[in-house]
Amino acid sequence: MTQSNENQSSVSVEKLKWMYEQMVKIRYYEDQMVEVYTEGKKPVFNIGAGTVPGEMHLSTGQEPAAVGIGAHLKKEDTVTSPHRPHHHAIAKGVDLKRMTAEIFGKETGLGKGKGGHMHLFDPEVKFACSGIVAAGIPHAVGAAMAAKMKGKDWVAVAFIGEGAANAGAFHESLNLAALWNLPLIVVVEDNAYGISVPKKSSTSVDSNDKRADAYGIAGAYVKDNDPIAMYLAAEEAVSRARNGQGPTIIEIETYRYLGHFQGDPELYRDKAEVPGLRELDPIVKLKEKLIEKSTDEKELDEMEERAKQEVDEAYQFARDSNFPAPEAALEDVFTS
Amino acid sequence: METAKKRILTGNKAMAEAIALEMERDSNVFVLGEDVGKYGGIFGSTQGLIDRFGAERVLDTPISETAFIGAAIGAAAEGMRPVAELMFVDFFGVCMDQIYNHMAKIPYMSGGNVKLPMVLMTAVGGGYNDAAQHSQTLYATFAHLPGMKVVAPSTPYDLKGMMISAIRDDNPVVFMFHKSLQGLGWMDQLDASVEHVPEEAYTVPLNKAKVAREGSDVTIVGIQMMMHYAMEAAERLSKEDGIEAEVVDLRSLAPIDRDTIVKSIKKTSRLLVVDEDYLSYGMTAEVAAIAAEHALDELKAPVRRLAIPDVPIPYSDPLENFVIPGPERIYEEVKKMMRS
Ligand SMILES: Cc1ncc(C[n+]2csc(CCOP(=O)(O)OP(=O)(O)O)c2C)c(N)n1
Ligand SMILES: [Mg+2]
Repeated sequence: MTQSNENQSSVSVEKLKWMYEQMVKIRYYEDQMVEVYTEGKKPVFNIGAGTVPGEMHLSTGQEPAAVGIGAHLKKEDTVTSPHRPHHHAIAKGVDLKRMTAEIFGKETGLGKGKGGHMHLFDPEVKFACSGIVAAGIPHAVGAAMAAKMKGKDWVAVAFIGEGAANAGAFHESLNLAALWNLPLIVVVEDNAYGISVPKKSSTSVDSNDKRADAYGIAGAYVKDNDPIAMYLAAEEAVSRARNGQGPTIIEIETYRYLGHFQGDPELYRDKAEVPGLRELDPIVKLKEKLIEKSTDEKELDEMEERAKQEVDEAYQFARDSNFPAPEAALEDVFTS
Repeated sequence: METAKKRILTGNKAMAEAIALEMERDSNVFVLGEDVGKYGGIFGSTQGLIDRFGAERVLDTPISETAFIGAAIGAAAEGMRPVAELMFVDFFGVCMDQIYNHMAKIPYMSGGNVKLPMVLMTAVGGGYNDAAQHSQTLYATFAHLPGMKVVAPSTPYDLKGMMISAIRDDNPVVFMFHKSLQGLGWMDQLDASVEHVPEEAYTVPLNKAKVAREGSDVTIVGIQMMMHYAMEAAERLSKEDGIEAEVVDLRSLAPIDRDTIVKSIKKTSRLLVVDEDYLSYGMTAEVAAIAAEHALDELKAPVRRLAIPDVPIPYSDPLENFVIPGPERIYEEVKKMMRS
């Protein structure tokens, strides 16, 4: 299902601005992370060294999925995210300072430095992620169950990559959500690869929204990494969920500008691929759209400044925070 | 002076070479797993194989561990010899039913009538800030369960020889390789991850520990990184304190080589067991029990254990360093033991 231009123009300028600012924030956040991640890893790259050690999966280029649905969510809605979580977290309103501190391994972090970048938990805005592919989907099913049991109109969104749609947890979760008619939306971000394996070598259908038929639920496909089309598809899915009409799968065609993780030699893809994708940048396109809609360029500049300032402050907070005491490793195995 | 040319290989190349030799030797051997093709395995275990053997015998799979490990079982029952890769051992959770209720039990439940000649290779270990879901070894989790041989080689030479043995073995073998010992360019560069490896095929048994360093004062038992850390600590003990530690590289978790352990304890009368796995119910407890059962009277001091103190592996550097034993802690522990 593709949204017509007519539908596209129905999205309010306010919403478009919100999405734009969030996308700018996400992009800038990830751009900063690219830099920070290399601190202490030069001249020889060593994954376990530097300001931010460990694996790092960035979402540069994949902003539309997060903001298109984020624009419809409220604090009480749940989001689960995989190993590539920053864009989802930012669009959900996760505390940026504490998130960044967590990624820096600091005691002020969301998990006091225990979790790291793949394990961010902010119960204030009901956000969680996991480093195990597809693991967040059943958790979103559970959050949707809880909403239904409590008689609330809250929804749960599980973000996954296209690679995760071949895991058992995806299929089991969708059947369950369909069977119990739960307010669940699974957003499949098709960035064309699961690490090095192209989608066509891993997936028996060309798009995962087709799999909705197998569970008797709604499916939508968003092409061209288009945040506005994503917004419209999400609008339908979220209202379906809030109205007790069951789950939806939305697949969005998106672009991974960077490696699977930072340090990925990317020998499995053509060198020309990414520059080609960057030509189609969704942030540039949305900005043009906003200018077309006679948004004051000064206002856009201000939005960009505001977004960047928030990110800069978050990084500064992370840098200024302390590392946890070593013995703190022994705490929190059980909660009181 | 010995001038024979040395073939210095990294751990990952030694492993890939072993698989290649067996693929050449036996057309039933094939490899499957995530990113084992063009990428060559995230930790390099299948490097170069797809170029030599093609995509028919080196299969990139979807992220469907239950399906492809289960398929390896089905193919093995038909007489194929699959080498399946579970990218990180931590991902066992999504496919443990296939591994344990099936791969490990079918041979037994069939009264030995069904053979499953397969290898499940998997990357283990932490120490590079990959946090709770990507840093475990889970040695004991697998070794506890009957029906699979579980090995964890510590050197390139053993990686090659034990991989060849594992592929030739008619039983399922869980082959754990340590990420830090693969000699990968993007991790810490450890001397222990490179050494001379002969070109031809050779086997190393799957049930024998190795005395990696002889000593008379204390026995340190470890595996993979902990064995190498024990060697470091032993050198320092020798130099600075005149204490001679004997280091036993366990190599195989199941079956475990009791004789080598007991023999060493009888020689030194002191035992320290070091493990990069959780403390309770683990390998350290198993080795301590072997000491209690077979060498109690020989011990001059209580057995000591160093392992991860029953917490998930934390992300942040000071926390992770606190929970994973290192050479310094081993050194200190031995000194304490020698005082008692
Ligand atoms: C159960 C499990 N299997 C394998 C992995 C290793 N792994 C991490 S990310 C990834 C690829 C995921 O691809 P996709 O779902 O498309 O997400 P993307 O990385 O493209 O965002 C794999 C195989 C894992 N983390 N969990
Ligand atoms: Mg993908």
